[in-house]
Amino acid sequence: MRLQESPASPVNQRIPSISATPRSFLAVILSFACVLSLGIELPASAENPASAKDKKPKNDPALKGLPITELSPDEAILHTLNRLAYGPRPGDVERVRQMGLAKWIEQQLNPNSIDDRALDARLADYPTLRMSTAKLIDEYPQPKQAEKQAEKRAQAQAQQEQRRSDAAAETVARDMQAAQGQTKGGGETEAPQQNATTAKQEMSDAPAPMKQEQPEGNPATKGVGKRDVLGGADPNNVPRAIADDSKRPQRVVAELGMAKVTRAIYSERQLQQVMDDFWFNHFNVFAGKGEDRYYLTSYEREVIQPHAFGKFKDLVTATAKSPAMLFYLDNLLSADPRAAQRQAAERAARQQWRRGRFGWPAPPRPVGNPQAKKNERGLNENYGRELMELHTLGVDGGYTQKDVTEVARCFTGWTIDKPRQYADFKFDDRLHDPDAKYVLGKKIHAGGMKDGEQVIDLLVHHPSTAKFISTKLARRFVSDNPPPALVNRMAESFQSSDGDIKAVLHTMIWSPEFWSRESYRAKIKTPFELVVSAVRALGTDVDTPMPLVQWVGRIGEPLYQCQPPTGYSDKAETWVNTGALLNRLNYALALAGNKMRGARTDVASLLGVDSSADPKAALDRAVQVFLGGQAGPTTVETLEKQLDNPQVLQAKLDDARKQVDLGVVAGLVLGAPEFQRR
Amino acid sequence: MSYQCCEGVRGLKFSRRYFLKQGGVAMVGLSAMPAFLQRAVAATPMPNKKQLVVLFQRGAADGLNIVVPFGESNYYRMRPTIAIPQPKRGGRGSGFVLANPELNGDAAIDLDGFFGLHPSLAPLEPLFHKNQLAIVHAAGSPDLTRSHFDAQDFMESGTPGLKSTEDGWLNRALETVPEEDASPFRAVAMGPNLPRMLHGGAPAIALPDLKQFRVMAQAPGTGQIVEGGFEAMYSQTVDHALHGTGTETFEAIDLLRKADPAKYQPENGAQYPTSRLGQSLQQIGQLLKANIGVEVLFVDCGGWDNHVNEGGVQGQLSNLLKDLGQGLAAFHQDMGDRMENIVFVTMSEFGRTAKENGNRGTDHGHANCMFVMGGDVKGGTVYGRWPGLNDHQLNEGRDLALTTDFRSVVGEILTKHIGVADLKPVFPGFDNNPRKFPGMIKS
Repeated sequence: MRLQESPASPVNQRIPSISATPRSFLAVILSFACVLSLGIELPASAENPASAKDKKPKNDPALKGLPITELSPDEAILHTLNRLAYGPRPGDVERVRQMGLAKWIEQQLNPNSIDDRALDARLADYPTLRMSTAKLIDEYPQPKQAEKQAEKRAQAQAQQEQRRSDAAAETVARDMQAAQGQTKGGGETEAPQQNATTAKQEMSDAPAPMKQEQPEGNPATKGVGKRDVLGGADPNNVPRAIADDSKRPQRVVAELGMAKVTRAIYSERQLQQVMDDFWFNHFNVFAGKGEDRYYLTSYEREVIQPHAFGKFKDLVTATAKSPAMLFYLDNLLSADPRAAQRQAAERAARQQWRRGRFGWPAPPRPVGNPQAKKNERGLNENYGRELMELHTLGVDGGYTQKDVTEVARCFTGWTIDKPRQYADFKFDDRLHDPDAKYVLGKKIHAGGMKDGEQVIDLLVHHPSTAKFISTKLARRFVSDNPPPALVNRMAESFQSSDGDIKAVLHTMIWSPEFWSRESYRAKIKTPFELVVSAVRALGTDVDTPMPLVQWVGRIGEPLYQCQPPTGYSDKAETWVNTGALLNRLNYALALAGNKMRGARTDVASLLGVDSSADPKAALDRAVQVFLGGQAGPTTVETLEKQLDNPQVLQAKLDDARKQVDLGVVAGLVLGAPEFQRR
Repeated sequence: MSYQCCEGVRGLKFSRRYFLKQGGVAMVGLSAMPAFLQRAVAATPMPNKKQLVVLFQRGAADGLNIVVPFGESNYYRMRPTIAIPQPKRGGRGSGFVLANPELNGDAAIDLDGFFGLHPSLAPLEPLFHKNQLAIVHAAGSPDLTRSHFDAQDFMESGTPGLKSTEDGWLNRALETVPEEDASPFRAVAMGPNLPRMLHGGAPAIALPDLKQFRVMAQAPGTGQIVEGGFEAMYSQTVDHALHGTGTETFEAIDLLRKADPAKYQPENGAQYPTSRLGQSLQQIGQLLKANIGVEVLFVDCGGWDNHVNEGGVQGQLSNLLKDLGQGLAAFHQDMGDRMENIVFVTMSEFGRTAKENGNRGTDHGHANCMFVMGGDVKGGTVYGRWPGLNDHQLNEGRDLALTTDFRSVVGEILTKHIGVADLKPVFPGFDNNPRKFPGMIKS
């Protein structure tokens, strides 16, 4: 199998065209194709020309040092680029081959050894990435109530107008459809919804009055359902709140999303990006929960990224102390229920002492002061539970409800200092439960902040944690149901290396299971992986990543908007569904068709201009470039039949100036079932 | 979800998918088909089933100003500026005299001498008296959290207090009634994202706009090529996971194209509001009428978090309720006889404080009211045990106490209307004893 990366050649002006064919005709062709293909639907691997060609991968110098026996060199390189990176860019396979696969992987495992200055230059567009939480809160404040009201009215009016113009557009569109057979994708109809959602979000954020009137003072009650801004919005329509010059809090999260997409596309440290995504998802925090929108920037920058290849314990400790997690899982509110009593008693004792000393009269103290009641806080078990269930041991990791309560007691007092100003981690000894606790049968009584730290130490060294983390990693990198033997070896590695993430990854990558035929293309791309890998495959130049961010949301997993602490599932069954698939196809068409704002693709030079003269040649090139030449036989066959359609040929004869729309061919191949897998 | 209505027609064991697949052929060769098959194809691709629409009021709606307990004098004491005045006559209330001159404009609509509808919900009054609409009051999720985030999470996962549940109760309900050859439109959420309630193993789709559920060719004249190409690839692929989803996708596109959403006209003179909610409800109506196998529909409706200037008879809440009332009434009217098979239920993550706050609004509370509308509903009654609004009767001294778990309300609908035999997997860990059902669905 060859992978051609031929340079552009001059555009051929006399080019045949592909045009619409009646559906009925299509049906006949399809049923014919169906009959034809009945006898030849073998597993792709069995008839893979590549595996037949490269019989002795072990002898290939490019694969030296890796336990690869079942995959051809090209397959192994593609596999690597699809698993340890966000898919190949034009030329990547050749580059990795030149370097040697093992060396490339070793470099990726040591990301700081890789020059990534080109990426840094691109990230300069997002100033919030470098700001402290205090600065973000200061520079991207919640809009004032009055402004909100005015804006809401304006939006309502805009909506009305939008609806009117939609209605008009609809009529025009229908006429055009009648004339042309098909119209270009509209999409404006979603804008009003977007605006309505934004307005609603801002309404639910009333800051100042709530602060006074909420006895619980629970900051967690604010800001729900924020998914839409980065979610299903029309990718070609950017809401005001996240525009480039916006100083709204939504802009902060929007920049995170754009930076994430930019890194995944352009970073040379690909495995670092994959691991950041993995750990962020493992220690998920939802941007829609109140102040967390301000905390995520430092969370990703200071908690996730620096620890992605380090010791697991450091990662857990950093998340436990992060304002983002403390806020998201409510630990900032968790206190020894007796803390308030204790403080009251101390106050009384102090006053007694002063009175006794100076003979002053006692200050009048209101009985049953409601303010005192407001400040009373109790034990909150959320973090304790998720720390064990989702972060370390796993749901079947062998802990009980009693353990949950005890862990929660250990973490009382782990809170946030000035959540609305600078939000630093703070241990507040006054809220801490000073008594002994028993976690997983072990007594914890170190006192103060050490209680929580001992719990972390206990949990990260538990065998269940080694197994749970190894399973999750293998599920992400190998297959939805990873081989138990591999997981066991990874877990051993985890324990013997004191939870060294790099060591566990090394064990995984240097295992035959990682390179098995079974795991090759076994994973379906997540929405994020699909969006990014298509951009990389096309070599698209992305100037404005916001539409890409919004496409990720449309396809089903909006960035930073996963509400439950579980993160997004790494099992495909939870995200492959009808609506999502349609959006994958429409995304491929929009990207390859150059209809996405801020993204330019030169399909002609990528596929080679000669191909635009001949639809079949274009298809062959697209399959080579995007699928490494490895399309299932039925895919190629059906697409060839499409392009062979006599009506298409007829149309070409009618109008020789029309050329094959290479965007359509590229879009079809990027929408093919094969491209949905990695 | 039992097949009943078309049993007579479906003498032969053709699956629904068979009819769908044969749709194109039928157009050509209709005359050659046996008469009973013609009827089956022409009438409906899908036997009429019971349908459920769930509306989520995000932000915590103020149930005490939506279904007003005007018979409670403490209600008026706690809400001096935002209370809804007692109905002009017919109330067996306490004789409490309204002191606030601002409240003279309008009044609650008397339902039963104790409860009244907010005046902006006037379009719902006839439905209540025609026994099409029931209300369950003091209902909701029993978890005491006052966080929108957590409470919505719990109400959608169906496991209050347990955060790690990954799927939603509405999806689990579908899974208890598995269906071979289920329509791709079996469960639909109106909006860009699938709500937590519909996450899970049973297929469900999010539809921001019916008109956009199609392959969007980018170059003029390439529509057939791209759609045909994708459809062919996914119907032929050896990739099992994607083959199934792909086939469903194109079946759905085809179904929707035939339903022709652009041409839709509501029936019976129904006029949906032009709001987002109104348009979503209209699209729900379209889907239900299109006979494309819809069983469960979900719609979101936001803006209920009125901490400041909530208003009384007029104001923010009033505007939301106008929209909601008109929307529900239009839906009911548009559906006509179809309401026999439909139950429409509303819910919100929690209620609001019984006392108004210092900003003429309300803060996060506890229990709330739920509307249940449809032909299977024993309407005209406010269900649930009323816990009272005296100070000592309030939850944590501040909110309407909870006497009906929302899972009992939903459980009753699922059992009696949809036909879910076992509620345990739908609401794990909850004792959903039929004796605890509020009783608002006909047996």
